[in-house]
Amino acid sequence: MVAVDRPSLTNKLVSFEAGGEIIGVRFVRESAAFATGTGEILIAGDSEARIKAHKGAILAVTGDGERIFTAGDDGRIVAVDIEGEQETLVELGNKWIDNLALGPDGALAWSVGKTAFVRGKKSGKTSERSLDAVSTVGGLAFAPKGFRLAIAHYNGATLWFPNADASPEKFEWKGSHLGVMFSPDGRFLITTMQEPALHGWRLADGQHMRMSGYPSRVRSLSFSADEKWLATSGAQEAILWPFATRDGPMGKEPMIIAPGVKNEKVTAVACHPKQAMLAAGYGDGMVLLVRLADAAEVLARRPDGSPVTALAWRDDGKLLALGTEGGSASLLPL
Amino acid sequence: MRPGLSGRIFIAVWFFMSEKIPVTVLTGYLGAGKTTLLNRILSEPHGKKYAVIVNEFGEIGIDNDLVVGADEEVFEMNNGCICCTVRGDLIRIIEGLLKRKGQFDGILVETTGLADPAPVAQTFFMDEDIGAKTALDAVITVADAKWLKDRLKDAPEAKNQIGFADIILLNKTDLVSPDELRDVEGHIRAINPYARIHRTKRCDVDINSLLGQGAFDLQRILEIEPAFLEQDEHEHHHGHDHDHGHNHDHHGHDHHHGGGLKHYHDEEMQSISLKTEKPLDPDKFLPWVQELSANEGPKILRLKGILSFRNDPQRFVIQGVHMVLDGDHQRDWKEGEKRDSRLVLIGRDLDQKKIEEGFLACAA
Repeated sequence: MVAVDRPSLTNKLVSFEAGGEIIGVRFVRESAAFATGTGEILIAGDSEARIKAHKGAILAVTGDGERIFTAGDDGRIVAVDIEGEQETLVELGNKWIDNLALGPDGALAWSVGKTAFVRGKKSGKTSERSLDAVSTVGGLAFAPKGFRLAIAHYNGATLWFPNADASPEKFEWKGSHLGVMFSPDGRFLITTMQEPALHGWRLADGQHMRMSGYPSRVRSLSFSADEKWLATSGAQEAILWPFATRDGPMGKEPMIIAPGVKNEKVTAVACHPKQAMLAAGYGDGMVLLVRLADAAEVLARRPDGSPVTALAWRDDGKLLALGTEGGSASLLPL
Repeated sequence: MRPGLSGRIFIAVWFFMSEKIPVTVLTGYLGAGKTTLLNRILSEPHGKKYAVIVNEFGEIGIDNDLVVGADEEVFEMNNGCICCTVRGDLIRIIEGLLKRKGQFDGILVETTGLADPAPVAQTFFMDEDIGAKTALDAVITVADAKWLKDRLKDAPEAKNQIGFADIILLNKTDLVSPDELRDVEGHIRAINPYARIHRTKRCDVDINSLLGQGAFDLQRILEIEPAFLEQDEHEHHHGHDHDHGHNHDHHGHDHHHGGGLKHYHDEEMQSISLKTEKPLDPDKFLPWVQELSANEGPKILRLKGILSFRNDPQRFVIQGVHMVLDGDHQRDWKEGEKRDSRLVLIGRDLDQKKIEEGFLACAA
């Protein structure tokens, strides 16, 4: 194997042991909040706190910049702020809450088995509505504009306006769809699948697009700051699909950058919020920062054998938070 | 050679212990006693902690804090293979459980009485991440000694569960006479001569004989012999080395042999046992077995083989579930070990003659 000589920022990396697998990380104000498999939330950075938020494991994580929201196998959704104050938003007892999404005006969506729930404002009042999918819900995402929820499930995805009486719109494609996201311009709906592929629909006309060629399942997706690229995990390199044109990636080759070592795959990706740069985490614990313009790489974390499971940038792009399956949490100031 | 080393080579080898979490699948028709068995496994003082995945509509009353309800959602993989069905809900739940790694030692999956065990088993071979972190240990089928014969007639699921099993608990034996018990065992053997049968009253069986079986572990395929003499809780027979042809034509009549077990033939589901003393040509055998499972996969429940390839010092082992095949070199043939090739299949409406001819044509 050829040793790769790259510039390194690893001396700036601050790491600590979280005590459980890092399920996800979000920024709350200036600090990072790590959610763990042991049900805890660790706040690190300017503020520090450790909060026991769930009895069991945390299954889903999201955030709005002010608070981190977590859902657990204890049937609860909890929001935690920078002070470590927690608010229980949903309590269902012994049911797993697998998915979580935040929408406009503080709308919250979650799913239990086949049922997707939305809590949001209708005519100024908070109301809760639910929709049963054809199978267990694989993923949830709010559209960038308007009060509209995408639900991924077996054989496709459903678009639902919770406040409208119209029947939900169905987008069909055979297989198990496990995650869903909108393109930032709202023109495309993209799902991750059980098979090592992404599927997508152009919402205007339902035109299908299939993004395949991965050796393993795609678990992590991130749009670049300029919205021109969709970065994905699942291959030995970071795979970026072009979304700059009207047709999106249809009929186009992806950009392939930042190869890891042999047999290790990219497990997490996060695009920088301001610059054309990508943070890519690998199955061996390595993290690289990659400039999209010329694929120049900087080493952010040395491999330690444990897969990178969480990556997030602070909104100003000056702090990267990352976590691994082995429970190592780190902050990298830029 | 330098003096003192006497020709021996010393090497240090990294040895990676398998840290895969074992998964045991419990099947059985409604009312056979799955929940009784589950509670027995959980309450025995074995010092191990199990996460339990139960079907949503199953009987309640399981005493364990790591119980998860499942929906039995089967879906087809998008790979053009119609029997490559997996349980999507299992993938989701096991991934969730793995976030609590270290908090349990194994996973028990209870299926509904109407479930086909194949999608459950295939999940562990078709999903890369689940396969990397967990290992299917064995499929255990609980059967009701009194009612199994009826279910084999009217419920295809019951037949699948018997055909698929590595271990069968023939339960509620106190409700039938010794003759009836032998009779129902004969019916089980007509479908699956290879599973281990335990006769039980209220699933009273040594838990160690159920868990840690490695029934899908290629390294643990030691021998393939039909288990004609039963190992139950009261008698243990050993050394039954007779190779009994159990595919002979006994349509419509039964007969007694050695252990007093009746012999039946099931019109629909059979096992085929193939054997040759001639070494096989891997360039013939491997394409043949792949084609067989591609074409006949939907009909094949289980397949297992120990094979001797020409000019190959190692045993080659193979196992399969429907169209999913898994094969590897296992170990050197031992000195004096008989280098036979054996292949057994359990399936539905299999063309025995054609399969046998195909197998024998793979001889080098």
